[in-house]
Amino acid sequence: SEKMQRKKGSGTPKQPLQDRQKSQSDLSAWRKGGTIDPEKSVQDHQSLNDQEANSKQDSLEPALSYFAKVQDHISLKRNSALQRHLATVESIALQRGLPPEAFDVLLNAALSGKLADTVNTRLLKSLIPDSVIPETSVVSSVSWLCVSKCSSNIQVLFLRWLITFFDFIDHKEELHALYGFFFYFLQDEKMCPYVCHVLYLLTRKENVKPFRVRRLLDLQAKMGMRSHLQALLSLYKLFCPELVTIILPAKTKTYFKNAEGPWKAAIKTIRQRKQKNSPVPQPLLLGTAQPRSRKRKWNTQLMIPASSTNRNHLEEVRQKNSDLYSTDECFPVEQLQTFPQLLQNIHHLEFPSRMGSVLTNPLLLHYMNCIKDESVYLRLYYWLGQTLQEECTWCVADNSQHEEEFKDFLETLCSAQCFLQEGLSPCEEFLYRSLPLWDGLCCRSQILRLVSWIPLNSFSEMKSHLYDPLAQLFFTSSLYFKCSVLESLKGLLQNWLNWQMVHLDSASDSRIHSLNTTFSGLLNMVAELIHFVGMISTVALRLESDHTFLLYFILDFYETVCDMYLKYNLPLLIMPPAGVFYPMLLSMDSVSLNQLCYIMYRYRTNLVAAKENEQSKKEIQQFRFSNETYKEYNQYITAMVGCLWTSNAFQKDIHPQGLRMDDELLNKTAVEEFRTSFNIVYHPAMIGYAVLFLQQACPGDITFNFNLIKKNWYLEYLYAQGLEGLKVFIESSINRVSKAS
Amino acid sequence: DSQTTAFLLRKHWVLYSVTPLYKFSSAHLKVYAKLLSAFIAAEKQKGLAVEVGVELDIKVAVTSLPDLKGSDQDEAAILVQLSLRSQASQKKSEEKLVWSGWFCSVCGDDLSKNMPEDFTCLPVFLANGAESYTSIVGSWFQKTFDCCFHRLAISPLNLSWMAAMWTGCKVDETASAMELVFSVPHLPQSLDILYAIHPEDAKALWDTVQKTPGEITQEEVDVFMDCLYSHFHRHFKIHLSSTKLVKVSTAIASAHCDGIIKFLQSQYVIEVLMLLTELAISQIQ
Repeated sequence: SEKMQRKKGSGTPKQPLQDRQKSQSDLSAWRKGGTIDPEKSVQDHQSLNDQEANSKQDSLEPALSYFAKVQDHISLKRNSALQRHLATVESIALQRGLPPEAFDVLLNAALSGKLADTVNTRLLKSLIPDSVIPETSVVSSVSWLCVSKCSSNIQVLFLRWLITFFDFIDHKEELHALYGFFFYFLQDEKMCPYVCHVLYLLTRKENVKPFRVRRLLDLQAKMGMRSHLQALLSLYKLFCPELVTIILPAKTKTYFKNAEGPWKAAIKTIRQRKQKNSPVPQPLLLGTAQPRSRKRKWNTQLMIPASSTNRNHLEEVRQKNSDLYSTDECFPVEQLQTFPQLLQNIHHLEFPSRMGSVLTNPLLLHYMNCIKDESVYLRLYYWLGQTLQEECTWCVADNSQHEEEFKDFLETLCSAQCFLQEGLSPCEEFLYRSLPLWDGLCCRSQILRLVSWIPLNSFSEMKSHLYDPLAQLFFTSSLYFKCSVLESLKGLLQNWLNWQMVHLDSASDSRIHSLNTTFSGLLNMVAELIHFVGMISTVALRLESDHTFLLYFILDFYETVCDMYLKYNLPLLIMPPAGVFYPMLLSMDSVSLNQLCYIMYRYRTNLVAAKENEQSKKEIQQFRFSNETYKEYNQYITAMVGCLWTSNAFQKDIHPQGLRMDDELLNKTAVEEFRTSFNIVYHPAMIGYAVLFLQQACPGDITFNFNLIKKNWYLEYLYAQGLEGLKVFIESSINRVSKAS
Repeated sequence: DSQTTAFLLRKHWVLYSVTPLYKFSSAHLKVYAKLLSAFIAAEKQKGLAVEVGVELDIKVAVTSLPDLKGSDQDEAAILVQLSLRSQASQKKSEEKLVWSGWFCSVCGDDLSKNMPEDFTCLPVFLANGAESYTSIVGSWFQKTFDCCFHRLAISPLNLSWMAAMWTGCKVDETASAMELVFSVPHLPQSLDILYAIHPEDAKALWDTVQKTPGEITQEEVDVFMDCLYSHFHRHFKIHLSSTKLVKVSTAIASAHCDGIIKFLQSQYVIEVLMLLTELAISQIQ
């Protein structure tokens, strides 16, 4: 068991550098699971030998030595030894796969033509590796093919086996040296499709030769359209576009049928067995959008183009042979699969022929982010702008049936923008154009996420473009829509704040000064957004009767607003309007009140810091907070202290929209002791705590004499209940105020 | 000049807007023709790989039309022609033009100024021939030069501009009637109203409306159309203002709201293209 543990420890899956771009689709998941590392596989194998009873291993060996010495033309029916050994091989293969040394013997036996085809077939079908297949055994098998001792059915079966287990072969150098032999087999009509597939897996740039291209074209002329020939031609073209002067059809089909061979079930079993111990690493790539088979008029189909290399079609204009020797050739985007590949090839990577394809390819998005080339963005923007304009399901009359497709497209855009941490300007224009026509339902979550990524840009007129159409929808839609809009606008504010932090940080100080006008423009943009949210929040609270859910989203927004100065270094602080502040203060819900306390505490911290900075440094005087802000804060604090502590909110609140009420009016309410009836004990959001506190302090007392509550103990109790916001607020604001008064 | 434009006349051209072409060079038109013809053959033969440079059934010619532009900033127009080689007679001379299309820009400065040099601005594309060819050629250009093609519809407002502008143009020959086609919305069966006006009457009306020669305002266009509408209403009691203007034809050109245009006078081709360039640019931007 100690061994087992050690094995597990060393067996953490490694992600191999994927320098080979071709692999068997069926096996790729398995291979990525970490089984390709030959060293590890051998280890596995050895420990397996140690672990398992020797008897099983023993039983394969007689079978192997039997097949090594097998004579010509033995009938299966009459030879019990052959029957027994064949059955042994089959059962071991299916249970745990065959060890590497078995392949040489069994392949020789199966391809030498000594045995009947039924035996050969059964042998080939059981050639399932437990770890790797030695290259030498495959090479000798190819030599058996060349002397054609075996029937064509066996030849084909061998090729199918080779294709299926290609990724298990431990080395491939000698196999590559046999490229010409495989190419020769192309002329065999039966083998041709499988040979094409083998060649497809083997081909390297140096294998692409003009005579081979010609041969493939001849074969095509003879046999007509064959997808396997096309596959090979397209690969040749990919490697050597200057040699393969052909045009392939634009529509790519499946080139090779999936490996439906007899080994599929066995592979699956072994994969499951191996996967138990090795977690599959997360694939790096987002899914690529599948082209749809929607029948519509030409070019009105919403499709993100697939990445394909921008083949400079003028290569033949250039010197013909230069490419064969040049070292600074471009790395084709089709081959770009992993992040390490991106790093290795970043100096000679070329963007795809259609920029739209970068949207589904995070690696290319990374690259685009590094390059910052104007034409790159321009190409993407033109395509994006046109596509959004043409495909918008509520702007274009007959598009409504394609909502799902459009939604997926917007979803892709959202993820790409999120990945880039940057809004794309065609999306902004699209929103401005389409929001006035939007019903607020179609693709709601996508549209609202796009809104969050509108770039901070003082030139755009947000009021008429965004706020007016959004407000109209906001006021007339459901509570949940209102909350979603608030969430989206909070995202917008945060993206703007992040953006200006990054961009102003990177600009030198002198540039900030020269950009003063622009900077104040940006400040105005941010302020305008906050005022807009304040306005719609005020109205929404009225419309939805101060719904707690709505309060939550509004408070969430102001949690960002109250910290802008310290967290984002922005000389801007805006208090919530009274229509938002008072419903929060008088909320029936302690969670909202607690969060309001926290927000007011952060406002205070920011304002104090600003005041200190103003006094110490004299620069950037034009961005100091106005006295209005301090005054407003003080008014709110007075109201809060009155409500939560001193019970004099009705007398002391001086905000014009505040709680101040004449005693005469208060008398009319017939509330006894109205003077003391609004503080941390009696506040509607707190009274529940007060009751619980009393029950704990004086169990059995049912008179609920709240006057017995000792403030300090009660506060300790409240803090222990998790009212952190209340704690920081009282500790920072109330103790001072009460000391001063 | 008139020879180059002669082939444009009296054909229906389907209009497209095209975003700027990336890495297009007019120095390589011959290469483009070769590649495009192989691409067409590959598409037509349903998936057969086609070698570039061999003689194919369809001949592609890509040529430049240097005269078709409005200013020095405009790129020269590019003409693409597809001809079918007849297989029965082996003579090379027997080629039948099956499809043509051309890119152009007439006073497209709004788009081309400040454009990086890798981009070529030819925002209007006009195609005549089977849509299947348009689709193949368009796909090839989109793929090769990373651009986008979109049908360029003409709004009723722009059609009324065309009606007013073209009415004012002088034509030497005895001109044909000016015709406006209106479609009546919300009817079980489609109902079109054809309104034909004698060109001299239309011109006389326009002359009374237009204040400064060589300059047209939206207000003038509105007045002109309103006059035509009220005249029609007086006779037929139908408010054409409640219908949709779908087609305008004059001696200069005819235009359909679906984005189809027919040039009739070679000396006004440039003027018409200038307006189309403007429409295409506003669709692109």
